[in-house]
Amino acid sequence: MDNNNQQTWEPKIYAFLCNWCSYEGADLAGGGRRIYPANVRIIRVPCSGRIDPVFILKSFERGADGVLVSGCHPGDCHYTEGNYFARRKFVLVKKLLEYVGIEPERFQARWISASEAIKFVETVKEMTENIRKLGPNTKLVKNIKEEITCQ
Amino acid sequence: MRIGVFICHCGTNISGVVDVVKLAESISHYPGVVISKENKYMCSDPGQNLIKSAVKEYNLDRIVVASCTPKLHENTFRACLEDLGLNPYMLEIANIREQCSWVHSDNPELATKKAEDLIKMAIARVRFAKELTCSKVTIERRALVIGGGVAGIQSALDIANAGYHVTLVERTPSIGGRMAQLDKTFPTLDCSACILTPKMVEANRHHLIKILTYSEVEEVSGFVGSFEVTIRMKSRSVEMKKCTGCGMCQSKCPVKVDSEFDEGLSKRRAIYMPFPQAVPNIPVIDRANCRYFLEKKCGVCKKVCPSDAIDYDQEDTILKEKFGSITIATGFDLFDHSAYGEYGYGKLKNVITSIQYERLVNSSGPTGGHIIRPSDGKEAKKVAFISCVGSRDNKMGKPYCSKVCCMYTAKHALLLKEHVPDAEAYIFYIDIRAAGKNYEEFVYRVQENYRVKYIRGRVSKIFEEGDNLIVRGFDTLSGESIEMEFDLVVLAVGVIPRKDSDSFARMLNISLDANHFVGELHPKLAPVEKNTPGIFLSGSCQYPRDIPESVAMAGAAAVKSLSLFAKEFLTSEPMISEVNTSICTGCLNCKNICPYRAINEEEIKDLDGKIRIVAKVNETICRGCGTCVASCPSQCINLKGVSNEQILAAIEAL
Amino acid sequence: MEYSYYPGCSLKSSSKDYAESVKQVSDKLGITLIELSNWACCGASVSHIPEESLSLALPALTIAEADKYSRDIVASCAACFNRLKSTHLLLGKYPEKKIETEKLIGKNLSVKINVKHFLEVLFEEVKDWDSIIIKKLKGLKVACYYGCLLTRPNDMIKDGKSEDPRMMDNLMEKLGAASIDWPFKTECCGTSFGLSKPEVVLKLSGRILRSAKKSGAECIVVACPLCHSNLDLRQSQIEKYNNLKFDLPVFYFPELAALALGIDYRNLLLDKHIVDPMPLLRRKDLI
Repeated sequence: MDNNNQQTWEPKIYAFLCNWCSYEGADLAGGGRRIYPANVRIIRVPCSGRIDPVFILKSFERGADGVLVSGCHPGDCHYTEGNYFARRKFVLVKKLLEYVGIEPERFQARWISASEAIKFVETVKEMTENIRKLGPNTKLVKNIKEEITCQ
Repeated sequence: MRIGVFICHCGTNISGVVDVVKLAESISHYPGVVISKENKYMCSDPGQNLIKSAVKEYNLDRIVVASCTPKLHENTFRACLEDLGLNPYMLEIANIREQCSWVHSDNPELATKKAEDLIKMAIARVRFAKELTCSKVTIERRALVIGGGVAGIQSALDIANAGYHVTLVERTPSIGGRMAQLDKTFPTLDCSACILTPKMVEANRHHLIKILTYSEVEEVSGFVGSFEVTIRMKSRSVEMKKCTGCGMCQSKCPVKVDSEFDEGLSKRRAIYMPFPQAVPNIPVIDRANCRYFLEKKCGVCKKVCPSDAIDYDQEDTILKEKFGSITIATGFDLFDHSAYGEYGYGKLKNVITSIQYERLVNSSGPTGGHIIRPSDGKEAKKVAFISCVGSRDNKMGKPYCSKVCCMYTAKHALLLKEHVPDAEAYIFYIDIRAAGKNYEEFVYRVQENYRVKYIRGRVSKIFEEGDNLIVRGFDTLSGESIEMEFDLVVLAVGVIPRKDSDSFARMLNISLDANHFVGELHPKLAPVEKNTPGIFLSGSCQYPRDIPESVAMAGAAAVKSLSLFAKEFLTSEPMISEVNTSICTGCLNCKNICPYRAINEEEIKDLDGKIRIVAKVNETICRGCGTCVASCPSQCINLKGVSNEQILAAIEAL
Repeated sequence: MEYSYYPGCSLKSSSKDYAESVKQVSDKLGITLIELSNWACCGASVSHIPEESLSLALPALTIAEADKYSRDIVASCAACFNRLKSTHLLLGKYPEKKIETEKLIGKNLSVKINVKHFLEVLFEEVKDWDSIIIKKLKGLKVACYYGCLLTRPNDMIKDGKSEDPRMMDNLMEKLGAASIDWPFKTECCGTSFGLSKPEVVLKLSGRILRSAKKSGAECIVVACPLCHSNLDLRQSQIEKYNNLKFDLPVFYFPELAALALGIDYRNLLLDKHIVDPMPLLRRKDLI
């Protein structure tokens, strides 16, 4: 994924998925062999409430063209109410991102249950297409391509 | 840091799309990676042996397995590490089957690229993996059961019969609960008291059950394995050790007040036992109505008591005890029909509730089993039973089905026919819900053999004409509006949560559902558990339950306590939050948002000797959702196994 | 206190007696009712049949007119009151309906002014009846009949219990009358079926009269012109239809208030009533 080469540029999307609903939904999409664009990189977290806004900002900084966050539907949280706290944070993050000039399509928060493979696939397809139209993200990006994160 | 990467072909499931061999080669050059291997089936014994020998040969200290979803084989590979003497949490799985090869079979090139990215991210994560262990907590092997109805009694018996101590706390002067008030039980028509009383006696005599009646739980702290509970034993004004239960006092007491047990259909005295078979068989003085306590006059009960058991100066006793588990069996209240204007706002004398009717038909009830109406004591010959009063009614804020009413209404009509053979019974209903063993057959019997008339439709108005009642409704099957005269109307009032359920929930720190019943952990898979570990549910506190269901729940809740007590000690989850107290500012944001109330404040001494407040995670309660971590302004709380460093490293890996 | 007065069509035609008693009582009590110059039909019981927007637009015209003067609207017909009040409540509750209605009538609406029934006004304005009553309605047994529109839905008049309202009963008791407890206070009288399907009215109003009579009432008190015409104008027809004799005079509540306040009965157009109330009033020594 070379962001500088328009010829081969492919949108890079990070997806933070909760372990109990959305990650299982993505697994179910696999079980059903539902094809979707290979642009999404999934990061498993226990709960959408675990998603720190820093993760989202860091993703953009590291060259993500889009970020998807997803957890259990309101009321269905495995940890009873983690997704409610997540929702409050996401609203603020969305505002912040718009403020710094990142197009709203680039940050999406969805509730995807373990049975909603199709919703997951459609979400990824839709996001990939929208972001492909927008082109590479340039806001917040830090040019540290050569730096290696071995610590 | 010596990392080994093991990539699975999964037959051709992965390798059919992803170029596994090329991938293993390119990953082997990645910084920190000592060895990278592929195998046909990594989860198979040969696959695991490959990992084991590689770990030994290359002295690996952490591994990445690129294979199917971690939901399938994470535990397999953790066990594999454990076999090697490594900590099982020094492992990351890269999900390159469900989330790569299976969904990108249209583009093997991009799929291979993505698989490489996923493995890189897993490597980044495993770099920050730490050895995790579980801590052990001792268990107080004693159970608290709150509520002495049939659900509470059964739970207590089941736990005690397994050999553990149980304390059964009941708010009223006797155990027995709602079931003690009932006449017959559907669909078998067993006498309710006849099947309940032996259980009450058994519980009372059980050497491992301590029954505290006229007592309430006031405070609960602690957590699973060691709840600290404060119980207030209200003063009975009667010394339990001296009293023989002869009943002399209540026959001589001059004060008469409405009997709660008979639902206001009879009078009880100020010193009273709620019903003759009360357990314990010891009266209490209702101080709010006792003449001695109100006016400092009277004192008759003390004078007549042959065993000098009356003690006017008795004070409440506060008990503080530790319990390993708590079972909630607090039961239900009934809907107050005075909210229904169309049924006369509770002012019509001959409109009674279903529980009052239970007392009326009961041969030991206030009328000796004669179904007579309150206004003039005349025997009721034509009775209307109206279902769904305060249930399935959004207007009343009660959208749920009260579940037991269809069946007890059918039973009520049957009992009317048995007691007054020439009486007529009409049941006004919305739907007949008779799902239960032999329930449908029972309703059919009531319709066919007892000729009870079922009219499908809501009643729109009840009004008096003389002493009789006119019931106006609509028969939705014939499409006609009807108006009929009745001697007595019985309202099937809905089961509602205990009126103090909100304050009770606050005291226990538990959540209620939308209808203010006690919410369960999972509606399908954990119906008798709370999201607070160690707290279990039994009976109608969770939702309207009939007797067989309450008893079944009681057993299920008891088993939950017992499987807790059967453990040597409790182990905490390894992947839970931990606080870095050196930078915690004590804002306690984490404490406020924790869904499990697992975080508390703790005083610590700084290096300079100053005392400051920091957050402390209770390891037994924390479930590892990480909501606290994402909300900590100073990033001093972290989730073990899914730390900030690990996730940020994964993001930065690409 | 000053109010914008909405008389409605009935009080301008068939119920001039009601209008007159409202005027007499409000004059006596110093309640200033200023008739809105440009009031529109309230829509009554028909405007909601074709579509909701019309049923909101018609009362909204009147509300917009009243907005100009920032005075609360008073209606004495139960149907007018019901239409105005429920429109007012709906527009306050649903901003999108307000915008739609504003578009339809081409006027802006403030939902700040309130809509009141004359019964509520009497209740709120007069705190101490004892000091102003000249002649107590002693011994008069009245059945207060609210009809279907005055108390429904629940938040119409501030009385709480839509199935067993007490406001008119309380007023009658303050005037010295004995209000009887009876079950048909809020039953339907048959409304405008009197024209299209009279037997409906003969049956429904017959039950109301029967229940009042049975409960021991000597007269019925109403707060709605249509209730009055069904119970009073059609009473002899109802008697024939049901083969019963009622002989129950039907009063508007301000008429009885006027008598208690010492207003000369000759000013009250009581002669417009079909069931002659004079014998009863004479018997009770009220005229």
